[in-house]
Amino acid sequence: MCRVVDLQQAVLAKNTMAAGILRSELTARGTTVVNLLSSPGSGKTALLERELTIARERAVPAAALTADLATENDAVRLSRSGVPVKQVLTDGLCHLEADMLAGHLHNWLPEDTRLLFVENVGNLVCPASYDLGETLRVVLASVTEGEDKPLKYPTAFGLAHLVIVTKADLAGPAEFDEAAFRAHVQQVNPGVEVVLSSVRSGQGAGLLVERALAAAEGAEVHAPVMAQARA
Amino acid sequence: MHEMSVALSVVDQVEQAARARGALGVQHVHLDIGELAGVVSDSLRFCFGLACAGTLLEGSELVTRSVPGSARCAPCGRTWDTGMPPDMLCPDCRAAATELVAGRELRITEVRWAADTAAPGSPAQPATILEES
Ligand SMILES: Nc1nc2c(ncn2[C@@H]2O[C@H](COP(=O)(O)OP(=O)(O)O)[C@@H](O)[C@H]2O)c(=O)[nH]1
Ligand SMILES: [Mg+2]
Ligand SMILES: [Zn+2]
Ligand SMILES: [Zn+2]
Repeated sequence: MCRVVDLQQAVLAKNTMAAGILRSELTARGTTVVNLLSSPGSGKTALLERELTIARERAVPAAALTADLATENDAVRLSRSGVPVKQVLTDGLCHLEADMLAGHLHNWLPEDTRLLFVENVGNLVCPASYDLGETLRVVLASVTEGEDKPLKYPTAFGLAHLVIVTKADLAGPAEFDEAAFRAHVQQVNPGVEVVLSSVRSGQGAGLLVERALAAAEGAEVHAPVMAQARA
Repeated sequence: MHEMSVALSVVDQVEQAARARGALGVQHVHLDIGELAGVVSDSLRFCFGLACAGTLLEGSELVTRSVPGSARCAPCGRTWDTGMPPDMLCPDCRAAATELVAGRELRITEVRWAADTAAPGSPAQPATILEES
């Protein structure tokens, strides 16, 4: 004899709830979170180095938290911008979760922080499933990763509020087909903005700070269809 | 590994529910996994076995069901299978889908407790806990 129990529970509900709490706490104190996702090596740290420097020049109080499986190299790179930076070693865990992030922000995040940039662990699979309380989720792919990257990682690209194509200076040699890439992004996430960036040529400089500030000021952020899931 | 986090979370939730009911063991746990949930079911089953060790769920089986992606275009009144990789554009008007009807779920749909393990006073009727993200 067995008892059957209908236990309708969303497995990630706990994280989603923690993320919601973190988002409202941070929003209440004027901090907006930007969550950056990409494969390892797409250029998250390089982009942040540039954007944090720009934020500092424009007197926008920014901070960054960078997560990696090992090494503090990224924090060293980001610290050169002069904004507060924290390195989180995930000890093998391939993504950040909202309660982990909240714990790391506690007693560290400067009170006046307007924009908090979170460099997630380099991985396009599971970080996509974990809301970190961000207002803006940015997914990066470099021109050398193939035009079909959005189709290979549809959940990550499908939930993005902004897509940044990095290393645009290499588009020529990589024979990057921008139109094909854009079409693939639109297939999984219709209407999302796709912008090109290069830290070598300066293309797209300041764009991330501008989009983040707009979101912080309450401008409407793209609503991905994939996030409009029926309850 | 992401699947390990998911497995631990499933075990945790089922253990809590078991304790609340006085159940002493679990036979199977049924899980719906949407095509777009980003979870590999084989990998999850493997992790589930590890995550169950030493818990009330030890020896239980994870039964997974894959849920295909499905989207809807409100103006056309059309619903379609998004496929993999998914196509979120309406096949009729090529406009963006209005909503994703299915495909991102990752949820426990049913737990079967082991026989005769319910403590006295626990409900004889199947109980339902509803919670949505
Ligand atoms: N040519 C070129 N190389 C870049 C660009 N951005 C990053 N890189 C290089 O790509 C490599 C990985 O970048 P990194 O920022 O560490 O990637 P992350 O793993 O996503 O943080 C480094 O060698 C960077 O110098 C770019 O815009 N153009
Ligand atoms: Mg990095
Ligand atoms: Zn992970
Ligand atoms: Zn239509």
